[in-house]
Amino acid sequence: MIREKVRVKSFKIDGICVTGQSNQTILEVAHDNGIEIPTMCYMEGLSCVGSCRMCIVEIKGSHEPIPACTAKIKEGMEVTTSSPYIKTAREMILSMMFSERSHTCSTCVVNGDCELQSKSVELELEHSATPYLNQRFEIDASHKNFVNDPNRCILCTRCIRVCDEIEGAHALDLFGRGLNTRVIHDMDEPWADSTSCTSCGKCVYVCPTGALYEKDISEEDVIKKRKIITELIKNKS
Amino acid sequence: MSTATDDRYNKLEKVMKKLGYEKNSLIEVLHSTQGIFGYLGVDTLKFVAKRLKLSYSKVYGVATFYNYFRLKPKGRHNIVVCLGTACYIKGSEKILQKIEQRYGIKAGETTSDEALSLLTARCFGSCSLAPVIVFDEEIKAKVSLENPLCGIEESIK
Repeated sequence: MIREKVRVKSFKIDGICVTGQSNQTILEVAHDNGIEIPTMCYMEGLSCVGSCRMCIVEIKGSHEPIPACTAKIKEGMEVTTSSPYIKTAREMILSMMFSERSHTCSTCVVNGDCELQSKSVELELEHSATPYLNQRFEIDASHKNFVNDPNRCILCTRCIRVCDEIEGAHALDLFGRGLNTRVIHDMDEPWADSTSCTSCGKCVYVCPTGALYEKDISEEDVIKKRKIITELIKNKS
Repeated sequence: MSTATDDRYNKLEKVMKKLGYEKNSLIEVLHSTQGIFGYLGVDTLKFVAKRLKLSYSKVYGVATFYNYFRLKPKGRHNIVVCLGTACYIKGSEKILQKIEQRYGIKAGETTSDEALSLLTARCFGSCSLAPVIVFDEEIKAKVSLENPLCGIEESIK
């Protein structure tokens, strides 16, 4: 593979002049410069898929908003990270996440430690702008330590990526399409019967919501060790 | 039947060999697999996954994503109900409901005795004959809403 030469590029984010390397994304450069862009499916160290669209930004000259986590930087581009248009778009995206599944915080194990919950507080989402389309999915509690509850999943695919890229097992993947999409183990088998799952628990640690959680732990004791994975990746390289 | 003696697996093996056991040829392989077996069974998918050195979940994910792939065997007969604009106006929704009730299956499903698969389509291009259903390879024109299975029911066994 021929490697492209890495060049330094300068551009503007919210009117501030910043520089970054040509292989960096808008999000990475923004983080380096202390500019906050809300994210959801993004996790430092994992590949970026842009599945949640929470990090959308406006680029001058482009008609539609672009996810900052997958967009590479270009010389002279002008990025706007927050505007009334972007704000409504983000609220809409979050609304749609809520409408797809039954996210009832009061009965959730990660109540208070949920990224979806904190994101809606951050974006001041008071009510859902879209009708609820959620259906009931079966909960897979066959595994001795962990539970998979598709009713709380936002399909960020962090668990799939961590299983594939870090653990190297690729025991999880997405099943189906549209509203019926959910995370499965192997051939849609119960978690306990999965032959490729190593029971490492990384998927549970990175899950932003309560879709994957540890068994026999009360709500107060649930601590998602999301940082662990990022630390692990940093130490690895 | 074991994979070694089943001729269909040999055929599949040949297809994969031709494609060089490339991981990115998965969709192509699944296409051929469905051509050979008629559907994608779990054992067949596991076989494909092992040969292409892909994870089970990846293969299953791809197979369930595309509408074209069938995970269950097709029935001996099939009825395709057109839900295109012209047929819909002429009441094809009712026809579908009638057939669904009669056999206790939903569109896209097959009866438990594998006698009949019920499918829907978005227009056959024969709107002048609306409402249209296709029984096996035969087009039934201007189907009655009250008794859509007239003349068909006897042959479904």
